[in-house]
Amino acid sequence: MFKKILIANRGEIACRVIKTCRRLGIRTVAVYSDADRDALHARMADEKVHVGAAPSAASYLVMERIIEACKQTGAEAVHPGYGFLSENAAFCEALEAAGIAFIGPAPHAITRMGDKITSKRLAQEAGVNTVPGHTGVIADADHAARVAAEIGYPVMLKASAGGGGKGMRIAWDAAECRDGFERASSEARSSFGDDRVFVEKYIEEPRHIEIQVLADTQGHCLYLGERECSIQRRHQKVIEEAPSPFLDPATRQAMGEQAVALARAVDYRSAGTVEFIVDKERNFYFLEMNTRLQVEHPVTELITGLDLVELMIRVAAGEALPLTQDEVELTGWAMETRVYAEDPFRDFMPSIGRLVRYLQPPESPHVRVDTGVNEGGEVSMFYDPMIAKLVTWGKDRSEAIGQMQEALDRYHIRGVDHNISFLNALMAHPRFQAGRLSTNFIAEEYPEGFRPADVPREDPAHAIVVAALAHRRYMDRAACISGQVAGYERQVHDDWTVIVEGVTHHLHVRPQADGYTVLYDDREFAVSCNWRLGQPLFKAEIDGKPICFQVERDGIRYRLFHRGAEIDALVLAPDVCRLHGLMPEKAPPDLSRFLLSPMPGLLVKVSVSEGQEVKAGEELAVVEAMKMENVLRAQQDGVVSKIVADAGASLSVDQAIMEFA
Amino acid sequence: MHQIIERLEEKRAAARLGGGEIRIAKQHQKGKLTARERIELFLDPGSFEEWDMFVEHRCVDFGMEGQKIPGDGVVTGYGTVNGRLVFVFSQDFTVFGGALSQAHADKICKVMDHAMRVGAPVIGLNDSGGARIQEGVDSLAGYADVFQRNVMASGVIPQISMIMGPCAGGAVYSPAITDFIFMVQDSSYMFVTGPEVVKTVTHEAVTAEELGGALTHSGRSGVSDLAFENDVAALLMLRRFVNFLPANNREKPPLWPCEDPTDRMEPSLDTLVPDDPNKPYDIKELIQKIVDEGDFFELQPSFAGNIITGFGRMQGSTVGIVANQPMVLAGCLDIDSSRKAARFVRFCDAFNIPLVTLVDVPGFLPGTSQEYGAIIKHGAKLLYAYAEATVPKVTLITRKAYGGAYDVMSSKHLRGDVNLAWPSAEIAVMGPKGAVEIIFRADSGDAAKIAARTEEYRSKFANPFVAGARGFIDDVIMPHATRKRICRSLAMLRDKQLDNPWRKHGNIPL
Repeated sequence: MFKKILIANRGEIACRVIKTCRRLGIRTVAVYSDADRDALHARMADEKVHVGAAPSAASYLVMERIIEACKQTGAEAVHPGYGFLSENAAFCEALEAAGIAFIGPAPHAITRMGDKITSKRLAQEAGVNTVPGHTGVIADADHAARVAAEIGYPVMLKASAGGGGKGMRIAWDAAECRDGFERASSEARSSFGDDRVFVEKYIEEPRHIEIQVLADTQGHCLYLGERECSIQRRHQKVIEEAPSPFLDPATRQAMGEQAVALARAVDYRSAGTVEFIVDKERNFYFLEMNTRLQVEHPVTELITGLDLVELMIRVAAGEALPLTQDEVELTGWAMETRVYAEDPFRDFMPSIGRLVRYLQPPESPHVRVDTGVNEGGEVSMFYDPMIAKLVTWGKDRSEAIGQMQEALDRYHIRGVDHNISFLNALMAHPRFQAGRLSTNFIAEEYPEGFRPADVPREDPAHAIVVAALAHRRYMDRAACISGQVAGYERQVHDDWTVIVEGVTHHLHVRPQADGYTVLYDDREFAVSCNWRLGQPLFKAEIDGKPICFQVERDGIRYRLFHRGAEIDALVLAPDVCRLHGLMPEKAPPDLSRFLLSPMPGLLVKVSVSEGQEVKAGEELAVVEAMKMENVLRAQQDGVVSKIVADAGASLSVDQAIMEFA
Repeated sequence: MHQIIERLEEKRAAARLGGGEIRIAKQHQKGKLTARERIELFLDPGSFEEWDMFVEHRCVDFGMEGQKIPGDGVVTGYGTVNGRLVFVFSQDFTVFGGALSQAHADKICKVMDHAMRVGAPVIGLNDSGGARIQEGVDSLAGYADVFQRNVMASGVIPQISMIMGPCAGGAVYSPAITDFIFMVQDSSYMFVTGPEVVKTVTHEAVTAEELGGALTHSGRSGVSDLAFENDVAALLMLRRFVNFLPANNREKPPLWPCEDPTDRMEPSLDTLVPDDPNKPYDIKELIQKIVDEGDFFELQPSFAGNIITGFGRMQGSTVGIVANQPMVLAGCLDIDSSRKAARFVRFCDAFNIPLVTLVDVPGFLPGTSQEYGAIIKHGAKLLYAYAEATVPKVTLITRKAYGGAYDVMSSKHLRGDVNLAWPSAEIAVMGPKGAVEIIFRADSGDAAKIAARTEEYRSKFANPFVAGARGFIDDVIMPHATRKRICRSLAMLRDKQLDNPWRKHGNIPL
C-alpha cells in the first residue's frame, strides 16, 4: 500500500480524498494555487506544495509542476479527483514514466473513452446500445445542418472532448443547428483547446441514468448499481440520487452488464462511470464513459456502504477487489444536491466572494457534507462555483428527501448568493417527489426561470409563530436592561401581531416554565426552544416536532428562511400595528430602464448601438464569467438611449451596461 | 367642583384632539403620525405622564386671541423606554403647523430643566413649520431659550432629535446642538433657508427634498445620523437606540444579559485581511463578528463611508466603535471622516462609553480640495477628541497604520489603554513604496535597486514588531481571538480613572 499520496485537485474532492487517506493511514500532499493559499484542502493535507498562479491553466493543469511536487514530497501515487488532469492520458503517461502511480484507469482507456466518437464506436463493438447519430467529426456549420437533416431533428451538438455540459447545444431546426455548431465549437476551443464537434439524435423526455463500474487489475469488474442524474440545468447536474426511481431490476441488470462489457472492452481498471440516456420506454443508450471518480459518487457510497476512493487506491496499489457482484448490496436511498454559489432568482448567475458566514448542517448517519470551503474562505472566479455536495440517506426515497429538506434548512451561507432555496423548492416539488424526472425537468417546470413565486407555499403558521417568539425573546431581554425606574419596570405583554405579506396575524405568546404557549388562529402551539439571541438558526420544538428556521434581524424586520422560502415578518404590539396601518406603501426605485450586469464578469460584446430599437428577446450584450458566455437579452421592446459600458470593461454585479429611453 | 371636573375633561378632550379631526386626517394622509401617536409608540405602553396640557399661547395680535388650542402645538412630559426614564417633547403639526410660540418653547424648556435635574435623556420629536410669526420676537426668544438649554445639557444628558416633518430656519439649531439627529424619509426636511428664498437669492431651483430631505442630510451633508423609512420604523429604532445610552454623564452605560459567549472564536477572521495590501476588505465583517450577537447600530452609514462609527455591546454593555473602512477611499482620513468620527468620539467620552478603535489607515487624503477645505483643522478635531478622551480606549490595528493617521487613531501616544495588533499590521511612516522613493531618491532610476530597498523596508517595517519593541503595541493577537481579547481588555478597564486638568473648557479646533 502507498505511504503517501498527492491529490492533484482542489476543493471538496481534494478534501474528500484526504479524509479517506487519513482513515487508511496514508499521508497526503495537497497542491494549491495562489488563490488557494488558505483553502481548506491545503490546510487539511499533511503537506502542501504551491503549483502556480490562480488560473487553473497556470497551476492545477500544469503536469510538470504536479509531477515535480510528487518528486519533491516523495508521493508514490496521485489521485486526480475529477476535472483538471483526471482524464488526461498524457498526464498518466508522464506519471508512469516518473514511476508514480496514477489512481485511475490506464492511459489507453482514458484516450479511447475520452473521445466521444471513438468511445461510441467501441461501445457499438462491445454490444452496448448507442444513440443514432453521425460518428464523424463535423467540418462546418453547413455540414452540421446536412448531417442533422439525415438524423432528423431535434439533434444535439456536442464537443468531442467535452464534458460537464460545456460545448453542448440542442438544435430544433437548421438555423439553430448552424448557430449551435458555432457556439459549441467556440466553447469547446476555449474550454478544452479542441474544437471538434459531433452531432447525434436528441432524445425527448430523456432521463440521465449512469452505472458505476469498478475494476481491478486481476480481471474483476463489477457494477455498483445506478445513479439517476436527470435533474440538470443546462446540462449541469443539480440533483443526483441512487437508486433511480425509474429502473426495474431487469433494466438495472441489463444496463449494469452492458457497462461491465464496455469496461472489459477497454481493459478498464479503477472506478468509472458509464452514462446512459433512458427514454420513457426504458430504452437505454450509451452516452459516454467517464474514466474518473464522478462528482456524484457519494450517493453510490451511501447505498453500497463502500468507499470508492479507498477501492480506487487499493486497485492502484495492485490489490484485488474485496467483493464480487453477488456481494454488492443496495440499501436504502441516497440523495445528493449540489450547493452552488449562484443566484437562482437571477438566472443562476454565478456569484463569487468571501463566505462571510458558512454553517453547514451537522453530519450524521443520514447526512454527509462534502465541502472544500469553510467560513472565511473565498469562492473565486477561477474555479467551479460549487460550494459543497449535500448528501442524505433514508430507508426509502421519501425519507431521503425529508432528510434533505431538513439539512437544507440548516445550511446557512452569507457573503455569496447560493441556490439553497432552489434546491429546497425542487425537493418539495410534487413531480420530483413522484419521481417523474427528465433532463428537461427544470426547463419544463420553471419555463420563466426560477422566481420567488415558484417556492412552494407551506402552512405559514410556523413561520409566524417563530417570528413572534424571536421578537418576544428580544423584548424580554430588553426588559432586563439596567437603570430602570424602581416600581415602573418594563412589562412585556403577551399579545403581538405579525405582519407577513401585508396580512396581519394576531398571536398570544405566553411564557411557560419550559418554553412558550402560543395561541394563534384558534390553535395552540407548545413551543420549547433554547435559541440564543443572534444565532442564525432558530431550532425549536413545536408540539414536539423539531423545526429549524434561519432568522435574521434587519432593522425592525425579521427575515426567516425555511424550505426555500424567504419570509419577511414584522412583529408589532397591537397598538403599534394599528399605527403601522397608517404608513404609506413606498414603491421601490425603478431599475427597469437599465440593463444591469447580473454578475461580475467581462463585457465581451455590446450587440446594439445607441438609438437602436430592440425587440423583447433580442441579444443586447454578452458577459463572460466563469468561462461561460452569458447572453443578456431585452426583457421588452424599447429603444437603447445610451451605452454606459464598453466592450472589454470588467463589470461588477448590478453595474449598468446600457440605458433605455 | 363638579363643574371644574367637567371643564377639565372638556379641556383634556380638546387638547387630545389637537388641531382637530380634519388636520389629523391630513397628517395621516401625508404618512405622518400625530404628536400623541408618536409618543405612544415611542414610550413603554401607558408610561407617558403629560405636563402642560392646558398651556395656551399669550398672543393677542393678528386675531390670535381668538384661536387657542390647549397644549399650544407641543406635547411634553416623561415616560419610560424599557423602564428607563426619558423626557420627551413632540411637536404637533396639526396645531398652528407646530409653530413655536413662547408658551410652546416654555413647555420644551420645562422638560429640559427637569431632565437636567434628574439626569435623564431628552428626546425631541420635531414637526414644526417654524416660528409663530404672529408672536414676533417672543417666538425668537423662545427658540433661544431652547438653544441655551441644549448647550447647557450638552455632555450632561443625551439629547436626541427625531425630525419627522419640517424643521426650517432658526428651528434647525436646536437639533443641530443635540447629540444625534435622525430623520424620516420623504416626510422630513431641514434647512436654514427654504427653496423659495434660495430661488430668490441665488436663482437655484431646488426642491425641499433635494435641499434638505433625509437623503440629502444622511448622505451629502452628514447633518443627519440616520434616516428611517417611516414614522413607525423611526420610533421603534429610536427605542433600540436609547438602549445603548447611559441616562447621564455620571452613569455608566446600561447593561443587559448577554447571550453571546465572550470567548467566542471566529476562525474566519484569520483570512479577513487579504494577502495583497492594496486589496480592500469589509471592516464591518470584523465589527459584526466581535460585538455581542452581531448587533451593530451604525450611525451615518451613508456619509464619509471611509470611517465607520456606531454602537455595539461587549459583555452586555455599550461600546462605541470607530473603524477605518478599507472599502471606501482605502480607509483614509479626510475632512468628512475626521469630523464624523471626532463628534462620535466626543459623545462617547462625555457619556462614559468605552471606545474600540479598529485601524487600517493609509494616511490622510491628499489634494487641493482637502487642503483648501482645511483638512488641517478638521483632522485635528479627531486628534483632539481622541487625546482628550478619558474613557477606556482599546485599539486594534488590523493592517495599515501609516504616518500621522497612525497617531490620530487612538494610538498609545494619545493615551490608548490597550493597543493590539494583528500579525498583518504594518506600523510605519508610510507604505514601503513611498518610503523607499524618498529615502533612496538617488536610486530612483534603478528599478532593481528600488525593488530590493522596498523589500528591505517591507521586511523591517511592514509588521507589528518595531512598534511592539517600543511598547507602542501591547500585544500581537490572532484575529480569531479578537472578541475575547477586546472583551478582557474592556473588563480590565471597567473602573478606569483618569481626569484631565481643570479648565473652563478646552479649545478644540472648530
